[in-house]
Parts: sequence; C-alpha cells; structure tokens
Amino acid sequence: MITVHNLHKYFGELEVLKGINCEIEKGECVCVIGPSGSGKSTFLRCLNLLEEPTKGEITIGDTLLRGQGFNEDKLRKNVGMVFQHFNLFPHLSILENVTLAPIRHKLMTPEEAKVKAMELLDRVGVGDKAEMYPAQLSGGQKQRVAIARSLALNPEVMLFDEPTSALDPEMVGEVLEVMKELAHEGMTMIVVTHEMGFAQEVAHRVFFMDEGIIMEEGSPSEVFDHPKEERTKVFLSKVL
Amino acid sequence: MSEFMSDFYKVFIYADRYKMFLEGLRMTLLVSVVAVVLGIVLGLVLAIMKMSAVRKGRRTLLSVIANVYIDIIRGTPTVVQLMIMYFLVFQARAGFWVGVFTFGLNSAAYVAEIIRAGIMAVDQGQMEGGRSLGLSYGQTMKDIIIPQAVKNILPALGNEFIVLVKETAILGYVSIQDLMKAADFVASRTFITFMPLVGCAVVYYVVIKILSLGLNAFERRLRKNDNRS
Repeated sequence: MITVHNLHKYFGELEVLKGINCEIEKGECVCVIGPSGSGKSTFLRCLNLLEEPTKGEITIGDTLLRGQGFNEDKLRKNVGMVFQHFNLFPHLSILENVTLAPIRHKLMTPEEAKVKAMELLDRVGVGDKAEMYPAQLSGGQKQRVAIARSLALNPEVMLFDEPTSALDPEMVGEVLEVMKELAHEGMTMIVVTHEMGFAQEVAHRVFFMDEGIIMEEGSPSEVFDHPKEERTKVFLSKVL
Repeated sequence: MSEFMSDFYKVFIYADRYKMFLEGLRMTLLVSVVAVVLGIVLGLVLAIMKMSAVRKGRRTLLSVIANVYIDIIRGTPTVVQLMIMYFLVFQARAGFWVGVFTFGLNSAAYVAEIIRAGIMAVDQGQMEGGRSLGLSYGQTMKDIIIPQAVKNILPALGNEFIVLVKETAILGYVSIQDLMKAADFVASRTFITFMPLVGCAVVYYVVIKILSLGLNAFERRLRKNDNRS
C-alpha cells in the first residue's frame, strides 16, 4: 500500500530525516513512537506532501508521489490527515466543516454530503453538535469532528499526527476509541503518538524513530517487551 | 460678541460663502472615496504580489516589486508625492484626478500591509487543514483563509479611510478646491483667520466622528457574528 524508499528531508542545513525505508500493508495500523525531534511528524507530513521530501521515493497505492502527471491535491483526497491542534475551520459550523471538501471536489451534491456527514458525525458521537461551531466544542469533540471531516472523502489511508497530545487527559480516551474502531474496520492508519497503551493494544506494527531514522520496528510485543536497540530501551524506560 | 457675530457673518453668510465650504467638503469626500477604492484594489494586488513569496518560501520577482513600491511610498512624505504627481506626471494640469491618483497610490501601500497582516494572522494550521483535504491553494484561500482574514482586515481598513480623509487636507498645495483650501480662500478674502480655520476643523471633526461611529457599530456587528474562540 505505502512504500517509502530512502526518504530524506532537510530544513535548510538541518537534516531531519536521514533515510527512511518502510512498507506498510493495506489495512495495517502502524504507530510511530520516539522522542521529540526525532522526525516522526516530519515523516508523517511527507506522506501527504505537507512537507516536500528532499530526496527519496514514496509510493502510495500505485502512485509515485512526484514527477509528471502527479497531482498532490488528488493524493490528499485519498490520504486523510488529523492534526494535533485539530485545525477545524472556526467560521464554519461542524456540519459545514465536514461537507466542505466533498462538495468542493464535486464528489457529492450538498444534500448527499449532508447525509454522509451526519452519518459520520453520529459515528464519532457528535451528531447532536452538527449546527454548532468549533469554539463551542471540547477538545475531544473537536478532534472527533476532525476525524469525521477526513473520513468524508473516503480516504484509503489516514495519518494521525499526535491526535491526543493537545487534549485534556479525560478526553484522550474518547478519541482513541474512535481510532480503535477505525483500525478494527481495516483502515490503513499511521499514527504518531505518545499513547503507548494505544500502540500496544491497537497497532499491528510499531516504529521507533530516533535521529531521523526508523531505529527499530516490529510487533508491539517485540518493540515494547523485547526491544533490541539500546536507544529504544532508554526511551521506553522513560515513558512506560 | 458682536465682533464674533460679524466675523461669522463675513466668513460663512456673506456672498454665500458657506457654499464654498460645502463645495470644498464635497471635493474632500469625493477624492477620499474614489482614492480609497483605488487604494483597496491596488492594495489587494500588491498584497497578492507580496504573498507570493510566502507561498513559495522564497523571494519572487513580484514580491520584490511590491516591497520596493511599498518601501518608497512609506519612505516619502505624501505632500511630496502629491507635488510629483501634479508637476511631473500631470504636467500641472487637471485637479481632481491628481488627488485621486496620489492618495490612491499612497493608500495602496498601507492597504497592502493591512491585507497581508490580516491574512498572515490566520493560523497556519488553517491552510494545512484545507490543503490536507485536497483543496488547492486558491480554494483554501477563498473558502477558509479569506473569510477569516476579512474580520481582521475590515476594522484596520476603516481606520485607513479615516486617516486618508484627514490627509487630503494637503490637496490645496496643487490648487484643488477642497475643504481646507476653501477655508484658506475665505481667510484671504476676509482677513479673518480664526473663524474659517475653526469652521473647517469642526466640519472635519464631524465627518470623521460620523465615520468612526459607523465603523464602531460595524465592528460590533462583526464581533457578534464571530464564532471563533
């Protein structure tokens, strides 16, 4: 589904990603963990080209993410993204937040988009808030709306960039619950997270990133219970 | 008191001189309104030129041109710009349009900065949010950034208009018969300086007061419809 080959990213002189290689299968849920500054978010943002890779190749489905005939807007319709700070549109109602993109892409008529949006909002448990505005919602509710907004385009892949890091502790659970359901339904997901419990329980595979590379990868039990690399051990001893 | 009354009579009533003040006010407002429209249109173009650098992440030819223009306009006195427009560009001809072009071109530089600042003040995450949904840069601008930026821009733009109205008092330098020039003229005819100047100050004050009250009411309405946190 996703193939990343020798991905490098520089910010000016600073090399943030130093050669990432990985393959992710359809329906897989991959959690990316690691200390801050290790390049987790940058890696994720490269996958939908919010950051442009300096070097290397990324293939999603059967599209190579660059070169002739490649359209980044088309790619992003297929690769949803959920941000740490939600990035909901404050001037639009919850319903409009979800229907905007499908209507603009002419995937649905406004009426169809509304029906679909209500379905999604009900599914993430905020259907009763459809007419409200983002500022009236709690952080957990906002993040669930953001997930619904991405799902409205029927993406094949969902990227989560620390989706619970900006939430009050009591709201983390409700967002993780939605993500867990998504994973069980077979959505291909890549989740950058500090929620080790979620990674252990839900992820099919865990990537441990440090200093711009994937230092260790494996099933949750391999990485969490029997880490091979010294850096992984040190990191886990701090967070677990 | 009787001297005050006779001065008042000579300055405003005799020979229908109040009409000169009204004519002057008409010119002041006309130049201001047309100039502000020109300023907004040109300012928008300049702002877009400047923003092209933000989008590309490096300087562009368009952004350099806009920056140089804004730099020159902001770095020279308006009255000098007015004289240059009158003597060099218009060859000491025409009245009204000299004022419109001077103040329009001048205002454009400030409006460009107001628009740019208003757009930049919208959280960066909004652009990413839009782009991550597959919307193009232009679509995201139109549907997401601009509607939010407008609420930052409009109050400052209203303020710019008020400043512009007052600045037009220098139009007399190039013999445009604005409100200030009318006061000047009456003073030179009657040898009374106090009354025409105070009269003209009062008219400016009242006009500006009406504008700023209208602006405040407008801003309150904007804020009431504001759903942002």
